[in-house]
Amino acid sequence: MPWDRNQMAARAAQELEDGMYVNLGIGIPTLVANYVGDKDITLQSENGMLGMGPFPFEGEEDPDLINAGKQTITELSRTAYFDSATSFAMIRGGKIAAAVLGAMEVDEEGDLANWMIPGVLVKGMGGAMDLVAGVRRVIVVMDHTNKHGKSKLLKKCTLPLTGKKVVNRIITNLGVLDVVDGGLKIIEIAEGVTEDEIRAATEANIVN
Amino acid sequence: MKKVYANATEALDGVISDGMMIAAGGFGLCGIPELLLEAIKDSGAQDLTFASNNAGVDDFGIGILLQTKQVKKMISSYVGENAEFMRQYLAGELELEFNPQGTLAERMRAGGAGIPGFYTKTGVGTVIADGKEHKDFNGETYILEEGIFADLAIVKAWKADDTGNLIFRKTARNFNVPAATCGKICIAEVEEIVPRGSLDPDMIHLPGIYVHRIIQGQHEKRIEQRTTRKKEEA
Repeated sequence: MPWDRNQMAARAAQELEDGMYVNLGIGIPTLVANYVGDKDITLQSENGMLGMGPFPFEGEEDPDLINAGKQTITELSRTAYFDSATSFAMIRGGKIAAAVLGAMEVDEEGDLANWMIPGVLVKGMGGAMDLVAGVRRVIVVMDHTNKHGKSKLLKKCTLPLTGKKVVNRIITNLGVLDVVDGGLKIIEIAEGVTEDEIRAATEANIVN
Repeated sequence: MKKVYANATEALDGVISDGMMIAAGGFGLCGIPELLLEAIKDSGAQDLTFASNNAGVDDFGIGILLQTKQVKKMISSYVGENAEFMRQYLAGELELEFNPQGTLAERMRAGGAGIPGFYTKTGVGTVIADGKEHKDFNGETYILEEGIFADLAIVKAWKADDTGNLIFRKTARNFNVPAATCGKICIAEVEEIVPRGSLDPDMIHLPGIYVHRIIQGQHEKRIEQRTTRKKEEA
């Protein structure tokens, strides 16, 4: 059985170490916060906050307190607020240890595409280009194939890039792969999935 | 030096004009200068360029100026929540310059700090880098981005004193600080104006030197995505 969304998030949470400052993207990456357990992780929200807390209780929403997905959230005892220029200074400056992001395509060079599909609605890259350029370790969490069954782990990205040679590790529903010299290396296979299945679902070159 | 004005319309008097480049604070609908945007709509000023992270929603924020076709160009990082924006953009009625969010913030900060350009690695190897100067530093490639020098900055803060010192609240600070600094003139709308001496000088987020006009008003502070958890989950 391939991993479901929550199992992928739980696997991504294993990547995070005590004391890390981390930025989580929208979608499955947001679920990673549910699986960090006792680890001392500080979540950054790029609209200007370190120490992001959970959603507020009903009736306690504060319009002045949102995350980068514009959702109402809460603060913690460790929370600090700052402006957008300061926020991206710490991102660009390499102060954030890891970013966990969703993606449309990743290729064997570590190129990432996750912001635009030409001809379809164009919403903008938000902070994604800054994050992948500046954060020390970029972990992508996504399904291995798209809804048509085609691989999202490609030899070369076809969509407009978010960043070039930026991805370090990819966690999919089938397993975990690292971007290494010459292609992708299988690090872990989801329980019940075979190596042949991962290879068949991967267009990118797999190195041993 | 009188900085306090009665309302947004008076604060814009003699300042707003057609074709202006305006830097606006806010992220999504959080911390946007909603009263000044409403007054700019009423002013009828045309062909405006906005440097603003987002474009509001159809009936709130910069969205209200899109409805009235007062906006010629947007410089933004994300415009996903605005259907009218998409319609005008796809119809060729509106210019759009996408900036990565951190690049937009830094362009404003740089403009306010008298820095006309800076090198960043954000966007290298993407369409954002097309046509921009590339330069290597210590073996890594960067692109040249330009500071934003706006004719007018409009921002929203929590509190001001009558000298223009500003304090923001929680994540409503966002783009308001860099936007405020990059305008030739900055107008701030706040929830409360207090007498000088009542704000702790050590806790000022933006010194009054950047702020030329101030108004106090009632803010709707609309929530874009209301997300909550149940008490029993605690």
